[in-house]
Amino acid sequence: MLAAVKAPVIDWAGLSPLIALLGGAVLVLVLGLAGFRVVRTQWVPTLTLAAFGAAIGLLLWQWDSDLSLIEGTLRLDRLTILVTLIVCATAILATLLAWRDQAAREIAHGEFFCLLLTASAGMMVLVAAQDLLAAFVGLELLSMPLYVLCASRLRAARSLESGLKYLIVGSVGSATLLYGFALLYGASGTTSYAGIAKAIETGGLAGDPLVLTGAALAVVGLAFKASLAPFHQWTPDVYEGAPTPVTAFMSVATKIAAFGVIVRLFDVALAPAVDDWKPIWIAIAVISIVVGNVGALGQSSLKRLLAYSSIAQAGYILVGVVVFTDLGVQAVLLYIVVYLFANIAAFAVVTLRERETDLGDDIGALRGLGAKRPLMALSMTLAMLSLAGLPATAGFVGKLRLIEAAADGGLTWLGVMIVIGSMISLAYYLPVAAAMWREEAAATPEPGIDPRTGRPALAGGAPGAADAAAADGRGGWEVTLVAFVCGAASLVFGIVPQPLFDLVEQAARGLGLS
Amino acid sequence: MTIHLSIVLWLPLAAGVLALLVRGSLARWISVLGALATLAYAIVIVADYDVGGGLQHVTDEMWIGALGIHYKLAVSGLSVVLILTTAVVFLGAALWSALRGEPGSRPGLYAVLMGLAQSGVLGAFMAQDIVLFVAFFDLMLVPYYFLTIVWGGPRRGPAVLKLFVYTLVGSLLMLVGAVATGVLAKAGDGGATSFAISDLQQSLVSSGSQKWIFLTFAIAFLVKMPAFPFHGWMPDGYTQMPLAPLATFTALLSKVAAYGFLVIALPLYPQGAIEFQMLMLTVALASILYGSAMAFTATNTRLVLGYSSVAQLGFIIVGIFALNERGGDGALLQSVNHALVAAPLMLVVAMLAARAGGSEDLRDMGGIATRAPAFAAVFLVLTYALLAMPGSTNFIGEYLILLGVFTSKIVVAFVAAVGVAGAAVYGLRLYIRAMHNRTGPAVGAREMTAREALVIVPLMLVVLALSLYPQFGLQRTEHAVKTSLVAVQDAAHDRGETLAAIGKEER
Repeated sequence: MLAAVKAPVIDWAGLSPLIALLGGAVLVLVLGLAGFRVVRTQWVPTLTLAAFGAAIGLLLWQWDSDLSLIEGTLRLDRLTILVTLIVCATAILATLLAWRDQAAREIAHGEFFCLLLTASAGMMVLVAAQDLLAAFVGLELLSMPLYVLCASRLRAARSLESGLKYLIVGSVGSATLLYGFALLYGASGTTSYAGIAKAIETGGLAGDPLVLTGAALAVVGLAFKASLAPFHQWTPDVYEGAPTPVTAFMSVATKIAAFGVIVRLFDVALAPAVDDWKPIWIAIAVISIVVGNVGALGQSSLKRLLAYSSIAQAGYILVGVVVFTDLGVQAVLLYIVVYLFANIAAFAVVTLRERETDLGDDIGALRGLGAKRPLMALSMTLAMLSLAGLPATAGFVGKLRLIEAAADGGLTWLGVMIVIGSMISLAYYLPVAAAMWREEAAATPEPGIDPRTGRPALAGGAPGAADAAAADGRGGWEVTLVAFVCGAASLVFGIVPQPLFDLVEQAARGLGLS
Repeated sequence: MTIHLSIVLWLPLAAGVLALLVRGSLARWISVLGALATLAYAIVIVADYDVGGGLQHVTDEMWIGALGIHYKLAVSGLSVVLILTTAVVFLGAALWSALRGEPGSRPGLYAVLMGLAQSGVLGAFMAQDIVLFVAFFDLMLVPYYFLTIVWGGPRRGPAVLKLFVYTLVGSLLMLVGAVATGVLAKAGDGGATSFAISDLQQSLVSSGSQKWIFLTFAIAFLVKMPAFPFHGWMPDGYTQMPLAPLATFTALLSKVAAYGFLVIALPLYPQGAIEFQMLMLTVALASILYGSAMAFTATNTRLVLGYSSVAQLGFIIVGIFALNERGGDGALLQSVNHALVAAPLMLVVAMLAARAGGSEDLRDMGGIATRAPAFAAVFLVLTYALLAMPGSTNFIGEYLILLGVFTSKIVVAFVAAVGVAGAAVYGLRLYIRAMHNRTGPAVGAREMTAREALVIVPLMLVVLALSLYPQFGLQRTEHAVKTSLVAVQDAAHDRGETLAAIGKEER
């Protein structure tokens, strides 16, 4: 028997981005054990950045390839590459946000950044998967580290609660998805996407109860992961409790990974059964747009607000998926890039204000930012306007593309839903922008007991200009940089969107859609 | 001479950004210089405009190739006078702010926002691509939000949010309409997608699509104007916005909507325009009656002017939906007139308030004319123009509108005529209660200062000049209005309706 085993052909080049991420994770973990403080706090994040940078370089090197890896389990095509690039870019920005974060210090730097790298690797596997099992492995590889990252502020009860909540709800989602996969396997007799598509087509399984149930459960499981309504209840709590850099990472990277697999699974594997799953996704898109936008109204916590907003944004993105065309996929990818810049800029400013003020992520923490730090306020304003989709921001172009895809796919009314959602969203995005510009330089927080932490805000000394200046330095230049770059990108790509269009057009090519 | 529209379009914003970089009152003067340069360029454009019609000084670049969206700017007969008006009104507002040292805080931010507003309005007047038009239409609203948030009245937060959400409801729907037009037109002729108005005119979308898309545009325009059932944002917005921006807002943003009907809604969706002609005329009449009635009773001077613009815009809609050339000419002329009258009148409100102990309420005013004959004279001229006194160009505008609608819908003409009388009532009521009557409790009547005069008098002179020579506007618009009505007339012909039914004049 043993003689019959043939050593598999391993395409190291194709796997190299994945190796960079996982290898980086191991190195970072080991380096994090070092005794010198400077190694832990400075070298570890630097190495993390290097690992992500290496992965990006390797991905760009493979840009033109369309490889089938590990006996067809994974596929390295433009979609995989672009999604992984976006994930890595997000991770780099999140690393910068987390560099001096309390969370990384409490859980130890090595572990924090190792988990970030592992989660990113999981996202790549998830999107590259051509097989139900690989997809599930990828999903768990991304989920497990995130559960821990959410709880990484070991001394903050909210963070622990957030991690626990995410663990429980996420596990339910994973279990549901797994059950769905099992049923799909049961119906088609194979776990590969292509095989399933073939079995459904040739076997006339389009209306088969097993396929229907399996697809439905897969929908639910993935909707949990992408935080689509009505499977979104965990999102506000988890986003609010998790350390802000982790929230920033989750809100973008997890979503794009989930959408990547939705595109693969439904637009490819379950393509022949399109009439069965399309109405479900349409309903979920509409519900997400409504629930997300209405839920965000009146939120005073910025992270909760952004959590609800991310549910609504996921609903918009889903519109691109359900039209089931090449144009739709392009719209999805474009919108995700746009959403990345706006969302990360917003979270960067939140991170900054969390460190500079004692108000946490309350909207009040932004008060007077326009007078004191106009560039930061401008970045946040652009982020909000971009998320709302106003012209001259990237969000407008993204929405335009989505609406066009919807109209082109004969679902113009979904375009109208996007628009209605955007209208509602103005009612919560704009007050955030207003809060920054409205008040003249906000009074320094009164000395005394901080209502949130219950400890004295500042011990001794009059809260004068010196304290304010000291507080302004606490944010860290790298956070300021992230906010500025992402805010600027939201503006630049709103005015010169052509590069983004070219990028996503290349990525969507060869997906085999009409 | 080659004229680059991009220069005049972005000049105000560039000046604003420059103003952002300097400190103190210099920022305000850079803003004035920017507005002045824009006006100079606008005058060149008008002087260079060939009365023969057609799109002139076309700039056509691909903006988003994948979507077929062009950065296409041009001057047409419909927009040429409006562009000049925009430059005049914004210069007035900039000069007003600079001379009065307003706002006291962050003048650089103010300058950049006003610059953005002006670029947005100019862009909407120049855009020859419907998506670009929608983009400018939305964009020009953004600076007004921040202008109000930073320098507005005490209840500005909710008020301006209401304004913003209301007006964007329409314009975002319009975006869907615009995108659908492009996609459907592509499906129709099988070529590449294009959103350029000239391309879309070649192959109109199907009759059924025209109807619903027309409605999305109509709602956007009616909200922005505002017309009667869509005016909910107006009272709050008008009372909370700072006055100089409000002067530009009331003068120009509503005119973009009126212009939009003529440049997009009628030529591209003629079936919708014919189908909903009566509906639009009814809305217009309701606006005239409601606006007049509210202006009779409002005591806040801003609201008197606000409701009067509801009524005036009603007139403009009547002119547009007479669907004939006289109505269209009248509507366009009236757009220019109202812009030129409404802007200085808003500034007059500030002058009145300065003399009535800071109150903008008519009940606190009265007797202001006693020691201010020159101010009274200027105010009176503006009031006469507002109420369309014979001899004023507003009279000619209203006359053309009524004449136009008389040939198509005679009943509408009779009801609209009531509005002419209404304008006299609220116009004179505003003037008399503010300037004459018993002297108000806190009124300290005094003559117009040199700084005030420097802004108000030139604006008044422009109004007078146009009254003496209305042909200045009419001869430039005539041809373009005719062109923009061609599609409607063809469509009416296709529907087998008699041409007289839409008011085509006998030849």
